[in-house]
Amino acid sequence: MNKVLEPARPPSQAHCAAHPLVGMRGVGKSYGPVRALEAVDFDLASNEIVGLVGHNGAGKSTLMNILAGVVQRTDGDFMLEGTPVARWSAAEAHRHGIRCVFQELSLCANLSPAENTRIVHRGLRGLGWKKRAGALITAALDRIFPGHGIDPHLVVSNLSIAERQMVEIARAYTSTNEPIRCVILDEPTSALGHTATEQLLAHIRRAASDGIASILITHRLNEILAVCNRAVVMVDGGIVAVRSTKGLSRSELVELTGHVEAPRDRQKKDRSTPGRPIVDHRTELAQDKVVLAAPGEIVGFAGLDGHGQRERLRDIYKTMKGGQTPVAYVAGDRGTEGVFGLWSIADNLTIRSLKTLRRGGLISDEASRTLASTWAKKLQVKAPSIDTPILSLSGGNQQKVLFARALASDAAVVFLDDPMRGVDVGTKQEVYRLIRSEAEKGRCFVWYTTELEELTNCDRIYVFREGRAVVELADEAIETGRILEASFGGGNG
Amino acid sequence: MADTAVSRPSAGSFVVPFRRWTGVGLPTLALLVMLAIIFWIRPAAMSYFGFTLLFKLAIPLVFAALAQMLVVMLGDIDLANGAFVGLITCVSAVYLADQPLVAIAIYLLLIASYAGVGLLIHTRQLPSIVVTLGLSFIWLGLAVMVLPAPGGQAPAWLSAFVGWRPPLLPLPLWLAAAAALAAHLVVSRSSIGAVLRGAGANPRAVERSGWSVLAIRVCVYAASGFLAILAGLLLTGLTTSGDANIAPAYTLLGVGAVILGGGAFTGGIVSPVGTVIGAMTLALAGSLLSFLQVPSTWQIGSQGFILFLVLAGRVLLGEKPS
Amino acid sequence: MTTRRLPLPAPWTYGFLFALAMWIATTAYAGIGSAGATLSSAIVFGAFSVVVGTGQMFVIASGPGNIDLSIPSVLTLSAYVSMTAMGGRDDLVLVGLLAALAVGAAAGALNFLAITLLRLPPIIATLAWSFIFQSFAFNFGGEATLKPPSLLSQFAVWRVAGIQVMPLAVILVTVAAAVALRRSVWGRQLLAVGQSEPAAAFAGIPVKRVRLTAYVLCSTMAGLAAFLLAGFTGGAALNMGDAYLLESIAVVVLGGTSIAGGQANAVGIWGAALFFNLMATMLNTFGIEVGVRLVLTGVLIILVVAVVPRGRTG
Repeated sequence: MNKVLEPARPPSQAHCAAHPLVGMRGVGKSYGPVRALEAVDFDLASNEIVGLVGHNGAGKSTLMNILAGVVQRTDGDFMLEGTPVARWSAAEAHRHGIRCVFQELSLCANLSPAENTRIVHRGLRGLGWKKRAGALITAALDRIFPGHGIDPHLVVSNLSIAERQMVEIARAYTSTNEPIRCVILDEPTSALGHTATEQLLAHIRRAASDGIASILITHRLNEILAVCNRAVVMVDGGIVAVRSTKGLSRSELVELTGHVEAPRDRQKKDRSTPGRPIVDHRTELAQDKVVLAAPGEIVGFAGLDGHGQRERLRDIYKTMKGGQTPVAYVAGDRGTEGVFGLWSIADNLTIRSLKTLRRGGLISDEASRTLASTWAKKLQVKAPSIDTPILSLSGGNQQKVLFARALASDAAVVFLDDPMRGVDVGTKQEVYRLIRSEAEKGRCFVWYTTELEELTNCDRIYVFREGRAVVELADEAIETGRILEASFGGGNG
Repeated sequence: MADTAVSRPSAGSFVVPFRRWTGVGLPTLALLVMLAIIFWIRPAAMSYFGFTLLFKLAIPLVFAALAQMLVVMLGDIDLANGAFVGLITCVSAVYLADQPLVAIAIYLLLIASYAGVGLLIHTRQLPSIVVTLGLSFIWLGLAVMVLPAPGGQAPAWLSAFVGWRPPLLPLPLWLAAAAALAAHLVVSRSSIGAVLRGAGANPRAVERSGWSVLAIRVCVYAASGFLAILAGLLLTGLTTSGDANIAPAYTLLGVGAVILGGGAFTGGIVSPVGTVIGAMTLALAGSLLSFLQVPSTWQIGSQGFILFLVLAGRVLLGEKPS
Repeated sequence: MTTRRLPLPAPWTYGFLFALAMWIATTAYAGIGSAGATLSSAIVFGAFSVVVGTGQMFVIASGPGNIDLSIPSVLTLSAYVSMTAMGGRDDLVLVGLLAALAVGAAAGALNFLAITLLRLPPIIATLAWSFIFQSFAFNFGGEATLKPPSLLSQFAVWRVAGIQVMPLAVILVTVAAAVALRRSVWGRQLLAVGQSEPAAAFAGIPVKRVRLTAYVLCSTMAGLAAFLLAGFTGGAALNMGDAYLLESIAVVVLGGTSIAGGQANAVGIWGAALFFNLMATMLNTFGIEVGVRLVLTGVLIILVVAVVPRGRTG
């Protein structure tokens, strides 16, 4: 059964040295008058790992979509092993061994992992195709994520987000009669837990030594420094720097993207009087801690991804929604749970506050516009006007509007559902500052995050394991080592 | 190591067969209960001849429901299905006996126009519900033009076929089984079926893998037109004449059968076997009500009630909402 | 989504433009003398389509897949109940109106209950109820036509200074619906729910209550249409609602409301309703046979949806 699993033979070294696997010269993309990608040069050798860094809207995805054949370039030359390529499509890219793991999950949720594998491999057909596809994807999963426990014939909608991501990654590394030469990974780890992330990074290194190049796009710069040979930095649709990662530091990398990383300033708040909690939520489960939060407090939910943090957060929100204390929720999954795609910034921002905008029974246009422009300004939403359609904003700016929606409301408790996923460093810093200043004014935040460093903004955190809040840490005790220890159940867990 | 994937107990081994069972099992259960009631009231119906009578009119509906299922599989809906079947009965009753070549040419043209509808819906990104709403007027109008008043004559061979008595099982059951098996193999089992269902659920992903969703939609619509033509032919054979207004109910009964059989409007989730059984269940409900001597004024209401009853079973068995 | 910014008229105006074209064509054929009569009859018949269409619009705007197929049977049932309640007596007209509205409201609530409790797709839930309502109407009225009180019949054709009052009242309904969509809390919440149910829930909107209101309003509008239509046509009849199944959906979509939900236009329904009725008149005037007339109707519906630019795809 392993016959089909052998990675395609890497091209000979001599051939490689003469021509990079991929060569782009002056490749650009315009949508009408809008320039999404300036003329860029980009090379990739066949055993290389390249990290692609930059803000949202810097052009990373456009560049990769061109490489994957999903988007057509409007100018420039594209060469594959030195041969110029004129026509390029998703099918062509696949035939030449270029695979892509897209940022938004692109599995068909109604099909099994085996059937999803069939969709990318035209060779999987005829009698017994399902069995072969199942064996193919299972072998890839076993190789990359040993101990994954995923049934290849179970419909994908029954899998967790992390498991779906694993299937999608593994699928990109499967091969039948077509070679694999380059895998593009767009934010592959944002949905993965700690162990799976480590497994993936190790696999990327192994694959490179077998001659499969990888391009890694991630906001987690440490991952880039850990596995990539080169870092390519993009700003505003152009490549501004290409550096070897040898000796490169994290802050240098951040600086190249045009941001200065703010030092962690953990102000000592005088919290002598924590006040009466306004969130008081307990569950039926044994050893599950009561979640308490008082006005002015920032309470974090930590733990490995998928251990019940989000469920608890939603549970608390649903219990409190429509009750005595006004609450608001900032969703992390902007596209499906956050924005109203047909509406402008103003409409999106005011929807949570309509009742207070009524004058004589009807919503006042003037009051709405005042509210919207005040908060759009406060959060520095970058847009021509508050009437701009929300979908024309970058992801980070959309997220700011969602923050503004919650903060402009009368909510005393604001729930944050991992809202910074995939948001660039600059936006993050602005929002952290705002959250702290709002907390000082007496608002209460309950914050679930998958990014360990964000937890340092919290006054108190609950660490989750296997669906329960098992450990509570406060102030100075909030520190990476202890959080990880509690997440894995070591020590006093 | 307590990583997510490892620590989560694998629910699959139990959930999967269970959910598969509710898709096909519920309508089957309803079908068996109805048959049991009918046989209890009139034991004589439990015969080769009785089965033929009970399921005779279910067969065109089975094919119409499968045609609807293909469209629902792509996340669309065909509100013109019933009117189309009516048109086919008119064309068949007028041309098929005397000018079979004309009839066949018309059928091919109609299949092509179904494909064209798929093309139009895809390229202009139109809501299928509105396009097929307009189509229902067109099919009805064409049917009235072909055959202004009910009449015509089905060809003798067609009437003979639907009156044929094959060995072992009555013809309606053979046809239903054959249709269910063929559709199951193509849609649920084959490798191309996986791509088709994938295109219904996540067209972008399928497009990115190098498939043309446009071509898929055109082919699936053409196939749907073909099945609807089969439905119309069988109905012509049964009624021996054509009528533009004979089958408007097929549209919604067909949709009902697809949903009853475990399908969902979200696209990509359909069960051919469930659809066939769902169609037979809905058709049998009519016979059951007359056996129970439900007054005719309450019959249609009772049909609605039965639809609710069977679908409520899904909730009771805890299936995920569709 | 592609945002081509050509200077095209807004989608909802197309109904009016097409209607105008039909009117001009009819007048050109039949002579200028008939122009006024053609238009006023289109307005009266259009008013009924507008009432049911406005209700359907609320339901369709509440999200993809939401649609009410029970409108015809609710309409018929309401008409029977209302006529029975009045028993032809002028002093009970108000009671009859309330009865029609109450039947409608109850039907809407039942539709929504089936959708949420049994977790059914709205198409199936409203279809099953429509069978049941239809049976009730059968048993209520039988084959007989129940006559309305003369006061109601007079109201339906009442003119003040040559202007018909009933369509004017329906115009007020349209204005109210348009204001509700733009400026009321419920209207904004409805459009939010229609765009994204999870996003609406996380923005603090009571999703179920908002949708329930949409379904109840829709069926209540069907009840109102039943009351007016029975007065106009001389009573309740079994097939009086049949034409409104497809027409209620068609006028909403041609009126510029997105079938995918989240975006609605109340004024455009008038344009679409006038278009439908003027088209029928035009084809009648031309003396075209019924088959061709149906084909042309279908072709025009598809043409209009295919031609009209949309902000978002369904």
